[in-house]
Amino acid sequence: MKVTVKIMLKNGVLDPQGKAIEHALGGLGFEGVGEVRQGKVITLEMEDGMDKEEVHAQVVRMCESLLANPVIEDYDIEII
Amino acid sequence: MKTSIIVFPGTKCEKDMAMDVEKISGRKANMIWHKETDIGNPDIIILPGGFSYGDYLRCGAMAAHSPIMQEVIKKAKNGTKILGVCNGFQMLVETKLLPGALLHNRTLKFICKQVNLRTETNNSPFTQNMNKGDIIKVPIAHGEGNYFADEKTIKTLEDNDRIAFKYCNEKGEIDEESNPNGSINNIAGIFSEDKKILGMMPHPENSILDYQANQNGKSLFEGILKEIA
Repeated sequence: MKVTVKIMLKNGVLDPQGKAIEHALGGLGFEGVGEVRQGKVITLEMEDGMDKEEVHAQVVRMCESLLANPVIEDYDIEII
Repeated sequence: MKTSIIVFPGTKCEKDMAMDVEKISGRKANMIWHKETDIGNPDIIILPGGFSYGDYLRCGAMAAHSPIMQEVIKKAKNGTKILGVCNGFQMLVETKLLPGALLHNRTLKFICKQVNLRTETNNSPFTQNMNKGDIIKVPIAHGEGNYFADEKTIKTLEDNDRIAFKYCNEKGEIDEESNPNGSINNIAGIFSEDKKILGMMPHPENSILDYQANQNGKSLFEGILKEIA
């Protein structure tokens, strides 16, 4: 079972890396690019046959305690 | 003064801290490698600067969840004083012993230079040998020192005299130009509710010894010593 966790800075938290990418895209001549924000993706390989809801609850705990910093980041969990 | 300095893989300021502690207190600091489980019974625990665990995931995040840090948290809850500088401050916010977070500097640059700090309170074990409004010049050296917290948290810190230092100009004025990294309200260091924990991005330990640029960091360490003696 594959779990993908997407972690992004919360709205309103300054993302200077996103800003730098935005400027660079403008510099390369790409037009119409609005706000760019950068985040990270973490993939986890969980044992097959585990209960999906249980896995989800466990990954939420992982995010709250280590993977994300809830003060500044939001996370999104996808289980395939 | 019994001092324990916690050393993680990637920590780099522990020797500076140890030299200062010995110079000011006359006692050698106890260096505790992160794999040890016994911190001893120190008066103060120091979390020094550096790049613990290579800054993987987020600065200070891996150190904050290491087993030795669970011991540090226990000691903190029993009232042991904790000083976290730079990466140590990042660890303190990651453990939630202090509120907020430290984001990338707004310029995205690693900044290494002398800055002016205004002492915001002398009502703490750390700053009791200083005066409110004192301006001290000490170095910063960080890429992620942009202090962030939500409005409510900032208000709580301001209203409860929990801001230790703010970045200022030479006259002690708090302005945008003196803010090196984008920190909210120019915040450079904060206290826990009971004032027994201080986290700060600037490096007072690099302004102590005779061969360093100045000795402005001395009063801070002397304050801690006075408290404990």
